[in-house]
Amino acid sequence: MTDQLNVNMSNEDIKKKSTKKRSQYLEVWRRLKQNKSAMVGLLIIIILILSAILAPFIAPYGIDDQDLLNTLQTPSKDHWMGTDNFGRDIFSRIVYGSIISLQVGFISVGIAMIVGGSLGAIAGYYGGKLDNLIMRMMDILLAIPSILLAISIVAALGHGLKNVMIAVGISSIPSYARIVRASVLTLKDQEFVEAARAVGTNNTRIILKHIIPNSMAPIIVQATLGVAGAILSAAGLSFIGLGIQLPTPEWGAMLSSGRQFIRDYPHMTAFPGLAIMITIFGLNLLGDGLRDALDPRLKN
Amino acid sequence: MSEEKKLLEIKNLNIHYITHEGTVKAVNDMSLELKKGETLGLVGETGAGKTTTALGVMQLIQTPPGKILSGEIIYDGEDLLKKSQTELRKIRGNKISMIFQDPMTSLNPVLTVGEQIAEVIKLHQNVDNSQATEKSEKMLETVGIPKSRSKDYPHQFSGGMKQRVVIAIALACNPKLLIADEPTTALDVTIQAQVMNLMNKLKDEFNTSMIMITHDLGIVAEVCDKVAIMYAGHVVEYTNTKNLFTNPKHPYTIGLFNSIPNIKDDEARLKPIKGLMPDPTNLPLGCPFHPRCPKAMSICSQQEPCRTEIYKDHFVNCFLYENVDNKS
Repeated sequence: MTDQLNVNMSNEDIKKKSTKKRSQYLEVWRRLKQNKSAMVGLLIIIILILSAILAPFIAPYGIDDQDLLNTLQTPSKDHWMGTDNFGRDIFSRIVYGSIISLQVGFISVGIAMIVGGSLGAIAGYYGGKLDNLIMRMMDILLAIPSILLAISIVAALGHGLKNVMIAVGISSIPSYARIVRASVLTLKDQEFVEAARAVGTNNTRIILKHIIPNSMAPIIVQATLGVAGAILSAAGLSFIGLGIQLPTPEWGAMLSSGRQFIRDYPHMTAFPGLAIMITIFGLNLLGDGLRDALDPRLKN
Repeated sequence: MSEEKKLLEIKNLNIHYITHEGTVKAVNDMSLELKKGETLGLVGETGAGKTTTALGVMQLIQTPPGKILSGEIIYDGEDLLKKSQTELRKIRGNKISMIFQDPMTSLNPVLTVGEQIAEVIKLHQNVDNSQATEKSEKMLETVGIPKSRSKDYPHQFSGGMKQRVVIAIALACNPKLLIADEPTTALDVTIQAQVMNLMNKLKDEFNTSMIMITHDLGIVAEVCDKVAIMYAGHVVEYTNTKNLFTNPKHPYTIGLFNSIPNIKDDEARLKPIKGLMPDPTNLPLGCPFHPRCPKAMSICSQQEPCRTEIYKDHFVNCFLYENVDNKS
């Protein structure tokens, strides 16, 4: 009787095998594709990444090719977005600026994610005094406005791309720590974690292999939205003169240097501002789309 | 002592959960033994301490709030309570493994079943990735799942097949002791029979001893050699399956058998044991069963009964039989 059932079952399996296999991430991608605004966001991000990679081929002029005969030109056929007060082509500078923005965005989020994520995982998994200690430290960091915290870190470490990334990264550590801790807390009492312990898996492996992959959804969403925030913070820091220094073509710094000409030559500030806006817009659209796609309650 | 070697011996085990609301006496003065190749059934109501006992043997009780106060758990001549965490990790999954109650939640949803079986093999055996994958596929086939499905995720399997995967994980390293914590409770009846048959078959094939935790007396009759009936953290009756079914002695055991509806009797009502399990933070004095016991005597509420051997290999914790023993 049982054997008979076994045979039936395996025949069914063979039939099943021909249907398409889907992993969890493929499923998420299928749902994401149905969301039009998320796809617009993804397109914007892809264009941005491509322009960063292909910057030397796209940009018609160099980063600081000064053309003193053609300063403060409005947009024209030669200079698509006009030129600034030193006669530099704004379009080229914006294209090169995308490299900086992406670097700042991804690396600072990376720093925050790794440091914050591991602190959160340790706090959530081990609990007790260690949890209390780590989370109170995070609370202290959260109590300081993040831009103020970033300003003070840059003021202490000095200017420059690297320090901006560190500053922006540190100021967003607490949010990752909280998110990871929250999902670890719900996951650590799941039966599969107990089952993993019952086969002799050690704590580090349980955290890395069983808990973190299961808590990826909120982390991915937070990271996508976090990249937008990081780019914005870095631009803000550069705008007030604490971030990346001229002549590096950073969007925030370009805004800042165009500020004194805004009455007569608004294109100098309009284009870098637009670049920042569109990038943030794209990342936010993608982030929202990912959040919906990863939320199992919205499955359809 | 005995000619047959004991694989597991639990002596006077006490496990309590210490919480703000009070101390939960989950397992009290438990003594059991298991020989090689034998199957021991642990039977009792929800909250009787069956799972706590199993977790105690695995040394997986969460501390705090749980605490093993006293006792010994001797596995293959060594006391598990005296081992370090590193030593225990080598035993778990390798020599003693456990099947959990609900196969729906005891598999990791983001790893394929093949990876999950291979993980145990990699942890305990000195093999590389491809060998582990090969072994995991072989294990899948042993439990009756074609190896082509090893790259599928748990949500692509039905409940019964998930439980087969869990069994494959538990048996992957050929353990000497398998603890099955209500392995069929979450499954429907036809699948229960399949899973039980499979477990029985593999148990013989791998020569594994088993502790079967259940509240289904049918399963006990089918697979167990010995049975321990638990009530409120105490073992109240401990004997072999045949004795238990032909000649139950403890009033609680008798009550359990009476509460199984009999198809031959044309009775409209079920016959449950009256009352509820006592609050484990506040066990009654004396025998924990006396408030519900139809044969309670005055001594039952004052003293705790001792384990009495009324026949060979038939132990009961009840004053009814202690007196008989004293008189004779």
